[in-house]
Amino acid sequence: MRLRREWREGRVTEAREVAEGVRLLEFAVDGPMPPFDPGSHTEFEVNIDGRPAIRSYTCLPAACGSVRVAVRRHQSSRGGSRYMWSLGVGDRLRLTVPENRFSLSWRAPAYLLVAGGIGITPIYGMARALNERGAPVRLAYGARTRESLAFADDLKALLGERASFHVSQEGERIDLASEIDRLAEDGELYICGPVPMLEAARSIWRARGRPVSRFRCEVFGDSGAFAELPFRVDVADRGVSVDVPSDKSMLQALIDAGVEMIYDCERGECGLCAVDIVGQEGQIDHRDVFFDETEKAENSRMCTCVSRLPGGTVRIDTGFRA
Amino acid sequence: MHGQTYPLNAWYAAAWDVEVKRELLARTICDKPVVLYRKQNGEAVALADACWHRLLPLSRGELHGDHVICGYHGLEFDDTGRCVYMPSQATINPSACVQTYPIAEKHRFVWIWPGDPALADPALIPDLHWNDDPQWASDGKVIQVKCDYRLVIDNLMDLTHETYVHGSSIGNRAVAEAPFSVSHDTRTATVTRWMLDIDPPPFWRAQLGRPGNVDRWQIINFEAPSTIAIDVGVAPAGSGAPEGDRSQGVNGFVLNTVTPETGKSCHYFWAFARNYKLSEQRRTHELREGVASIFREDEAILEAQQKALDDNPDHVFYNLNIDAGSMWARKLIDRMIADEQAMGIAAE
Repeated sequence: MRLRREWREGRVTEAREVAEGVRLLEFAVDGPMPPFDPGSHTEFEVNIDGRPAIRSYTCLPAACGSVRVAVRRHQSSRGGSRYMWSLGVGDRLRLTVPENRFSLSWRAPAYLLVAGGIGITPIYGMARALNERGAPVRLAYGARTRESLAFADDLKALLGERASFHVSQEGERIDLASEIDRLAEDGELYICGPVPMLEAARSIWRARGRPVSRFRCEVFGDSGAFAELPFRVDVADRGVSVDVPSDKSMLQALIDAGVEMIYDCERGECGLCAVDIVGQEGQIDHRDVFFDETEKAENSRMCTCVSRLPGGTVRIDTGFRA
Repeated sequence: MHGQTYPLNAWYAAAWDVEVKRELLARTICDKPVVLYRKQNGEAVALADACWHRLLPLSRGELHGDHVICGYHGLEFDDTGRCVYMPSQATINPSACVQTYPIAEKHRFVWIWPGDPALADPALIPDLHWNDDPQWASDGKVIQVKCDYRLVIDNLMDLTHETYVHGSSIGNRAVAEAPFSVSHDTRTATVTRWMLDIDPPPFWRAQLGRPGNVDRWQIINFEAPSTIAIDVGVAPAGSGAPEGDRSQGVNGFVLNTVTPETGKSCHYFWAFARNYKLSEQRRTHELREGVASIFREDEAILEAQQKALDDNPDHVFYNLNIDAGSMWARKLIDRMIADEQAMGIAAE
């Protein structure tokens, strides 16, 4: 069930880089804060080009009354990470009481945790909590470079042989199949990382005949098969063309251009912002988890909140019939 | 959070074992709407009773195998609370799940843990073993009482009220006049009262089945937050019961566990267990019905008391010497609440 957003005021009490391109921020929060568990996230009111916007970050374990997040520097982000990286100790901003959409069940006989890149943020708290309670847990954590592995020392100390680290730049990859195969039959998988990693894990999970309810994932819509590049959208039913810069979502660019849209999750889950594709020059980089692989291959619709093109043009129909 | 009158990190009786069936049972526990049912293998399940999508109570839907299908748009949830079907789309939103609550079955109750699931240790389930121990014959009921559950605790921790509320059955002047002693530890409080060489009230005269004066005992065992097992009985006066020999007497346990429904209402589960005439099913039935009518007298008092509290919002209780047991019980409850609120972040 979804919680109504409840806003609080926070002040930065700590800001430091904990891995290459990963900045840890701690906020002291005014007013009562309920306890939160691993997998929770907080929404922040960020400022992008002088306009307020809302960005969601996973909560790391933190003392009562404070919130900690780790933010990846994203070269061509939609502006959220740039703003978060600009914050220093003493700065104030608004944030919401944490909510959890990716919580541990606490009923599995064993847990497999898989993280890709900044996807470590919920997984780190889960590893700590599970280990603290003596639950059987293994962790596989992949990142592009060794320097960008966040919390690696802590996780090594915590889990020892039960944690493995994989640096893709050094040719290492998580062996998802063997990790899944060594997980107890009723075990649960918690995975957070880029969509392609998730889909790979999900297809192995399905092929092994494991129950879908024991596969739990969270996605960040900011990672696809291609880098963020500018592209163009022709809105056929409105007769307008919109340029989407590399640091803006297609949804935001459409709204900014006056195209009326409905949307909800803004993370590629609900499908409300999806539009019909009536033509394209360039490849569609589907970054959502709403469409399945067949639907994505058909390229007949796309989720505008997260999906984009690595250049080129897409011609869409938003269903406007005046 | 503020003003919460019950701890969440505790096992509460959600239902009698027989109440949870292959159908959907709606019940509010600690202000949380919950739907209970049994899987095909007999295990009980508790899910939040609101669909992830539009919040319609899932208890209005349908049990299909081990899954619950929402009665509005057909979203289907498995016994882990995970959504496994969404209409008109090929995938399932990864956020889509409803909360599940830890459940355990023991001593004929289905217990639920409404707080942090990581802390739900079945070893913490209150001891009500008399309820299904072959050395005892027991049965009971649940009543919905429109009062703060702590008023029921107060009621049970001081049995002086038997004299005035239950004068026709179990109460007489001796209860109000006999001295008592109170002890406690970090999770329990005990009130002990012996009434020596007294004329027994009608209920106990009938249970003992012989004339003459008796030594009567009431040993009230509270286990925080809301379980009370009262060791009660009578033995012929001077037959050695106060010294530990109860062999000439009859012994019962009034088993009580009270589950907050809201701040002002509760599910009061009780049973009466006895260690004599075990094979007399008729007596089991009569005792259950007899205690039920005694408790109806309490129910009327407790609901009137809650109404008085609501009507006098600026007033608080005075306490007497007789309230020592309930004062200890409330202190232990308050400590549990304070401890869990101070614990703060589960992940830290």
